[in-house]
Amino acid sequence: MTTPQPAIRFAGVHKNYLSHGESVPAVKRMDLAIAQGEFFSLLGPSGCGKTTTMRMIAGFEEPSGGKVYLDGKDVTGVAPNKRDVNMVFQSYALFPHLNTYQNVAFGLERKKVGKAEIKKRVGEMLEIVSLTGMEKRAPKEMSGGQQQRVALARALVNHPRALLLDEPLGALDLKLRQQMQIELKRIQREVGITFVYVTHDQGEALTMSDRIAVMNTGVIEQLGSPREIYERPASRFVAGFIGTSNLVDGHIDRCENGLAVVAYSPQDRVVVPVGSAARPGDKIEISVRPEKIDLHRGVPPVSSTGGSVLSGVVNEVVYHGTSTNYTVATAAGADFTVFDQNASNADDLADRGDRVFLTWAPQHSYMIGV
Amino acid sequence: MDRLKRQLTPYLLVLPGGLWLLLFFAIPMIAMLSLSLQQGDVVNGYRFTFHWQNYTEAIEAYNTQLIRSLIYGAIATIILIILAFPVAYYIAFYGGKRKPTYLFLLLLPFFVSFVLRTISWRQILTDEGPVLGPLKDLGLLSDSYHILGTAPAVIGGLVYNFLPFMVLPIYVALERIDPRVVEAARDLYASPLTSFRKVIFPLALPGVFAGVLMSFVPVSSDYVNSEVLGSSSTTMIGQVIQAQYLVNSDYPTASALSFILMAVLLVGIFAYARALGTEDVMKVAAR
Repeated sequence: MTTPQPAIRFAGVHKNYLSHGESVPAVKRMDLAIAQGEFFSLLGPSGCGKTTTMRMIAGFEEPSGGKVYLDGKDVTGVAPNKRDVNMVFQSYALFPHLNTYQNVAFGLERKKVGKAEIKKRVGEMLEIVSLTGMEKRAPKEMSGGQQQRVALARALVNHPRALLLDEPLGALDLKLRQQMQIELKRIQREVGITFVYVTHDQGEALTMSDRIAVMNTGVIEQLGSPREIYERPASRFVAGFIGTSNLVDGHIDRCENGLAVVAYSPQDRVVVPVGSAARPGDKIEISVRPEKIDLHRGVPPVSSTGGSVLSGVVNEVVYHGTSTNYTVATAAGADFTVFDQNASNADDLADRGDRVFLTWAPQHSYMIGV
Repeated sequence: MDRLKRQLTPYLLVLPGGLWLLLFFAIPMIAMLSLSLQQGDVVNGYRFTFHWQNYTEAIEAYNTQLIRSLIYGAIATIILIILAFPVAYYIAFYGGKRKPTYLFLLLLPFFVSFVLRTISWRQILTDEGPVLGPLKDLGLLSDSYHILGTAPAVIGGLVYNFLPFMVLPIYVALERIDPRVVEAARDLYASPLTSFRKVIFPLALPGVFAGVLMSFVPVSSDYVNSEVLGSSSTTMIGQVIQAQYLVNSDYPTASALSFILMAVLLVGIFAYARALGTEDVMKVAAR
């Protein structure tokens, strides 16, 4: 059923805006292929070019250069109404003068689908988004969550090649948002349509996506599965933007068996897997996730001495119920954040000012391409 | 004491406006109603006699002018919609930073007296004036061709004078449309024309509705444009009322005509509102 063609492909696409007479790049040269049926997220802070990227897929923006392909067909310069993709807008953009049924039927009517067929498909779609019985409601008579579902149904009912979602959950409260995340994923599995999801919320992207493109200043900094992006951030930006990272830099002292050792004192060292190109004396930047680190109040047990060891002083203790977060000023010069699961007895908690040792296995250190 | 004060507050707030309305609206209306039922003449004075014949006689004598006024009003209103919509559309969607400038320009003519503006139109449209003169010199129009004194001149003047009353409400309605809603229509396979027909226009209808209310009534009862730009064949009901009051001093007939005009316009507006009430406007448009 799947064709070898990617659902969406960008070839050398870039987009410049004119601002105060100056050409400002919003999206720099981008090559991108989104597979059929994929849940693909464009993740980044505001102004990173993710919305512009999506609007170029929809046809609301034309690239300044390069080509956009849908299902292998060049659609550069094709009007939005002639592109077989549909969009779920931020704050929904429902037609205020139409009721739920008319909103959902809008696209099918434009495509000159028969009345009976429209009725059937709208009915089915409203069932999928759990809005059966709401046909006659006007948008303003519905809650945010319900409007959200109408917007989703209005787009999906057309069986588009791809569904574009522009921060669709941004206007909902936390609980509803989490519920809709699960719902969206379920719907995507059910209808099997390619989803392109624009968000600045890394949690949302991590939980729902098959692949994520992390964007910054008009460039995709990293493209990969949520796990890859979280575990192996490709840049300092990605490491900082996705979750919490501890970043520390230093010079390689020695390399052995693909591991580099960066020593800060006779006792303090960070061990990190490196490629064959690494040489003693190279300056490198290392990222470690806070939950990978063990915190010891005494001298660390022998088993962890093969990995990284940093001594430090606890600056801050924040109790979170399931975990305790520590901020530790380390011998490496950088402040480290450590998430310690509250699995064992509560009385082994470290206090502010305590001298502690941080240890982690070599594979949990990750060298960032600087 | 506090409770009493709280209960009285709304009434006290309404008091100044209420008095104003009583003094300058209710009392004159009652006076005019009484006047319209009086009998007599200027020299011997008028007496209240429930003289309903004032109404029937007024309708009989001036039904031509009354009907003409309504027809002119309707034509001018339709032309106003056609002219005002694109203007409002442009300002709302393409005005950008210049929106306030455009709106100011639209209202700029109001800084000159209504009558003076109309008189200047007479200068422009006069037989050998800046418009017709050159066209006649070029032989494009016959020497006997004239615009002044014709129905198009009067309707044209009405349209010119009341354009802002139609543009502004439509502009406000268009301005309130979320551009993303229009994009949503384009996204859902609507061509630019269909998006206009199915989304923009229906959403602007309340503005058109308000514009019609604001222009049809004053246009139909206008007495300046026909006086300045028209002739005896374009006399409108406003002129008749004005002449009866100020020239003939036939106050009963003038009052009766005023009430007839008011009644006709009210009935017309209610029928219009009934047929296209703002709530229903939406439903009609949705079909």
